Amino acid sequence: MGVKARRRAGASGTTKRVRLLDLAHARSGDKGDTANVGIIARRPELYPVLEREVTATRVARHFAGMIEGEVVRYELPNLGALNFLLYGALGGGGTLSLKTDAQGKVFSTALLRMEIDVPRDLDVG
Amino acid sequence: MTPGSADRTVRIASGQGFWGDWLEAPIRQVEGGPIDYLMMDYLAEVTMSIMQKQRSRDPSMGYAKDFVPLMERLLPAVVERGIRIVSNAGGVNPLSCARHVYEVAEALGLDDRLTIGVVMGDDILDRLPDLMARGHELRNIDTGEPLDAVLERIQSANVYLGAWPIVEALRRGADVIITGRVTDTGLTLAPMIHEFGWAEDDWSLLAAGTVAGHINECGAQATGGNCLVDWETIPDLADPGYPVIEAAADGSFVVTKHPGTGGRVSVASVTEQLLYEMGDPANYITPDCVVDFTSMTLAPAGSDRVRVAGVRGRPATDSLKVSISYLYGYKSVGTLVYAWPDAYRKARKADEVIRERLRRLGLRFEEIHTEFVGVNATHGPLAGAPDPDIAEVQLRIGVRAREAGPVQRFSREIAPLILNGPPSATGFAGGRPKVEEIVAYWPALLPKDEIQPTVATVEGEE
Repeated sequence: MGVKARRRAGASGTTKRVRLLDLAHARSGDKGDTANVGIIARRPELYPVLEREVTATRVARHFAGMIEGEVVRYELPNLGALNFLLYGALGGGGTLSLKTDAQGKVFSTALLRMEIDVPRDLDVG
Repeated sequence: MTPGSADRTVRIASGQGFWGDWLEAPIRQVEGGPIDYLMMDYLAEVTMSIMQKQRSRDPSMGYAKDFVPLMERLLPAVVERGIRIVSNAGGVNPLSCARHVYEVAEALGLDDRLTIGVVMGDDILDRLPDLMARGHELRNIDTGEPLDAVLERIQSANVYLGAWPIVEALRRGADVIITGRVTDTGLTLAPMIHEFGWAEDDWSLLAAGTVAGHINECGAQATGGNCLVDWETIPDLADPGYPVIEAAADGSFVVTKHPGTGGRVSVASVTEQLLYEMGDPANYITPDCVVDFTSMTLAPAGSDRVRVAGVRGRPATDSLKVSISYLYGYKSVGTLVYAWPDAYRKARKADEVIRERLRRLGLRFEEIHTEFVGVNATHGPLAGAPDPDIAEVQLRIGVRAREAGPVQRFSREIAPLILNGPPSATGFAGGRPKVEEIVAYWPALLPKDEIQPTVATVEGEE
């Protein structure tokens, strides 16, 4: 329901491309110049898809140009969640930062813009 | 109530998630249903330096000033219902805060009916030279630099105390406990330790109480506030219920809110809060224990009720975190709004013009940062190209320097653009942008045995 499933070059006949927003919700915050983004599967059976597709490498590529440091991923299968630390994401962080989002509050939805390929028959509504 | 009895529920309500949170929340928590404790968190990393500045101007200040009038509203009902209050509103001057609350109690004729406790010993500003002389380098956790580098510019220095000094105050019969820099989570954990008689090495129980504290510490952010899932269907955000933890002696607890309030308590809303400001989830370090957030389970337990169980913890470390603030430099952020047509192109041209003028003036900055609100301020390049017909774009340009001079000069460069820059600029009602002093944060570690928290009760002046 309401799934933005679009066929693109990257998606094959057996997969469809969806936005992470359709599979997960998220919350982000700060610790100094590091932003943390927790993404949570909308249903437990979607968690393995997140774990497989949303790797630290892919997240680093997604935020290329927006963060200066590395990306580290932690898994919380008990909560159906992944936690990402984005180092050097906040323009110095805290009071030093000149950014609107100095505390990383909306890195959460920025990550949910990511598109991933999932099996065509996966119900992500 | 008998402390230690096993099958009892203790209700710990969250009344404030930060200094500046909704003033009605604590009132509603006290009046909206049964609670045993009300915790209120006031301290963020930069708050301590603001309070330190206030205390240096007036030695009786340096705490969350609005806590005192709030207590004036709360105390009659709190005394009537036997609710105990735990708050870190004391900032860098908990004793003065407690004395002011005592005066309020006196004026209300309640001073004989309640005991006010104070937790101190977190403030190590005056001890820094001695600590450093004895070899504590207080290196910055993030950068590894020793504190020497900024010693002359330090504004405040406080260790994060844990739950135990609050437990001591509860044991001494305090009804209102005012602390300095105590961890946000300790404010919720302490009542559980006290009520259930948990021991200092009951690591998994302490961890469970810490998780409850993490849920409570941001107020409505666990009960439907700032919650992305089905956000438009969350009921009555005009009157959101703040979290109430119903704790049991075995460490399990239910997160809920008072009946008839707005907001929503769901597995989704609580999970979002659990991940807020999370580092390594298997090693969530507090002064009281190390929590493993990968151990717990969440389950729906009725309408607006979520049950949390199975939290595992490990022994606390030998260190306490120190929060040091120091004078860094200056910054200023200015904005102008550009209207259709070509709103984005005009805003970009204005940015170029300002930067060129700053360059020709020979001003040096550590950073000049430009955002276009409506285009890329929150999601950067991920937002893609804007609609060419976009109605308006706000240019937002900020600078930072170690010296005040260049930043002050920058603050004069925004307004002239309205008349001497690209057309269709507006939205400059507030005068020139203000120049702000930057007080930066320096996290460090200190061995626990250097710190002796103190607990006192406040009596009337003789």
